[in-house]
Amino acid sequence: MRVYLDNNATSIVDPHVFEAMEPFFVKKYGNPSSLHQFASDTHKPLKEAMQKIYAGINAKSEDSVVITSCATESNNWVLKSIYFEYILTGRKNHIIVSEVEHPSIIATAKFLESKGCKVTYLPINSEGIVEAHTVRDFITDKTALVSIMWVNNETGAIFPIEEIGEICAAKGVLFHTDAVQAIGKLPVNVQKANIDYLTMSAHKFHGPKGVGALYMKKGKELTPLLHGGSQMNGFRSGTLNVAGIVGMGKAMEQAIDALDFEMSEVKELRDRLEDALLEIPDTFVVTPRAKRAANTILISFRGIEGEAMLWDLNRANIAASTGSACASEDLESNPVMEAIGAEADLAHTAIRFSLSRYTTGEEIDYTIEVVKNAVDRLRAISSSYAYAPEGHESKL
Amino acid sequence: MGIDSLIGGTIWDQYSEKVTCLMNNPQNMGEITQEQADAMGAKLIVADFGAESCGDAVRLYWAVDPKTDVILESKFKSFGCGTAIASSDTMAELCKGKTVDEAVKITNIDVEKAMRDTPDVPAVPPQKMHCSVMAYDVIKKAAAQYKGVDMESFEHEIIVCECARVSLSTLREVIRLNDLTSIEQITDYTKAGAFCKSCIRPGGHEAKDIYLVDLLEEYQKEKLAKQADSSYDAPFAQMTIVQRLKAVEKVIDDNIRQMLIMDGGNIEILDIKENGANFDIYIRYLGACSGCASSSTGTLFAIESILKEKLDQNIRVIPL
Repeated sequence: MRVYLDNNATSIVDPHVFEAMEPFFVKKYGNPSSLHQFASDTHKPLKEAMQKIYAGINAKSEDSVVITSCATESNNWVLKSIYFEYILTGRKNHIIVSEVEHPSIIATAKFLESKGCKVTYLPINSEGIVEAHTVRDFITDKTALVSIMWVNNETGAIFPIEEIGEICAAKGVLFHTDAVQAIGKLPVNVQKANIDYLTMSAHKFHGPKGVGALYMKKGKELTPLLHGGSQMNGFRSGTLNVAGIVGMGKAMEQAIDALDFEMSEVKELRDRLEDALLEIPDTFVVTPRAKRAANTILISFRGIEGEAMLWDLNRANIAASTGSACASEDLESNPVMEAIGAEADLAHTAIRFSLSRYTTGEEIDYTIEVVKNAVDRLRAISSSYAYAPEGHESKL
Repeated sequence: MGIDSLIGGTIWDQYSEKVTCLMNNPQNMGEITQEQADAMGAKLIVADFGAESCGDAVRLYWAVDPKTDVILESKFKSFGCGTAIASSDTMAELCKGKTVDEAVKITNIDVEKAMRDTPDVPAVPPQKMHCSVMAYDVIKKAAAQYKGVDMESFEHEIIVCECARVSLSTLREVIRLNDLTSIEQITDYTKAGAFCKSCIRPGGHEAKDIYLVDLLEEYQKEKLAKQADSSYDAPFAQMTIVQRLKAVEKVIDDNIRQMLIMDGGNIEILDIKENGANFDIYIRYLGACSGCASSSTGTLFAIESILKEKLDQNIRVIPL
């Protein structure tokens, strides 16, 4: 059995999505900007896909949902355009992000910091959540933008986006949310949450890789990051990724249809896995279930280094993660574990299991068995559970 | 750089078969209890190195024959990734049958080499080399405990890059001799910084007392100081007043002063003034020179012509 429990990194492409994309490679390969039938063949499917994407987040037709190449591009676009428009011109000097944003926000913010922008990195509480009042506390009359993710990729923690949106609206500060981990996992409604900008990524909800989007509220349109042939109403030049857009539209439609399933059936499987894993002694979960997306568990197994656990899971054909996939090549501890102020000994022990609507009960039962065996084996090796003679000073 | 650097592969693919086997099935994993050690007539040594909070911790158990210092049995327990477990296992294996003195000579490089499948292919990717360093450090800890001495007494040199075992003195020498100016060059010349990269600059996996960037900066400062010393290489007219004074002092030190001292005299530089196109250097003769007849003729002419030659044609020397 091969079990994929790393859906917060990327997800399987829904077969219906794949099917919808297929005609646009070999048959309908026209450039939508051209003046001939090959181009025209793409217009209706593109329009339908865009309508599905708009509907998925309840965007108004006068708003702009601009297709990008990925969430990283969308996030870079927001921060860098705000920098060009507000910071560089001296109108404002400050932006606010959380300390647990995706690297495409954190690294961009650090870059802008090096260019003279002031950045506040908001802390998370012991449940891994950014509290809305901290946003209010740090907004100044020079704050141009607040950018807070909707759902944290590592813990699944849901941040109080509606409250933060209200605070920003009241203070007249632009509000961006990276909703990459929220789409398809909980209802996303840009109208309800006073959102000015919202980032999406198709491959996190069973769409193709290489397609993302940025929602911009009417009147809050950003200056482009990519200049060129004026595609996407001039907001984002570059030949339209026809198959990608069609795929994203289909994936959004499927995700919205499956939302109830995700929040009930997937949640049930996630809870089953979590309950079983928490029966193992010395295991810890950070964010309470009620405050988490239905598909995610970040769990620590005391005495077992995360990569060692991944090794044993991988041997049994189970895919999980020690945190964000971007970080798994490094040797660093999980940043969220550090940020919540977890016990230092647990910083390197966190494992993320992220499910999807394709996860089966059989897979969960198999995973429970494999994890239990891995914990037994690795704790037998672990110095954290080792014999020491009387009077031995155990730490360095 | 280039094609291989653009798309990351998994680090696991770079583990040797031996590392994989040892991770899956470590041979020396376990404990030695006091009872077991007593039964062997051995002294039990239990040494810890690293910390869970840093991501790696190892505990080494030795049963040592107190008469011969031979390590009769060697076991380990480890909190860490696959390479940490495999390195600890290999380290425990290498200790067996050796005396404590011999075991202390085992380095992390020995541990890594013992895990290779073929002699010239590294057993682990560069960023995992530090795992074997921990395996080596814990041996020193155990040996220190057995002998009742400080761990530091086994280290005669300051090691900056522990993965490649490059000492501070080697690095300073190589940087100076080859006029190295970048981290890449240091890595090319010494292999320091090629592995876990902790020694390059603060913020890596391990905290260090001194980093490669510090050594580069130290050498650059040294070079600048030297340049300032020999600043009479620069055009005299472009020097600051302090540099001019230093340059004049140096020319006099190198060419004239010794001669004067031999004759029981000396010279003092009082001031340098720009006088139109000329630089007037005011001097005072000391000791025997002050009354010497040639002080206003031959000696003065010699001083002036050397300063002209070395520094600037427009120099005039005026004795007061």
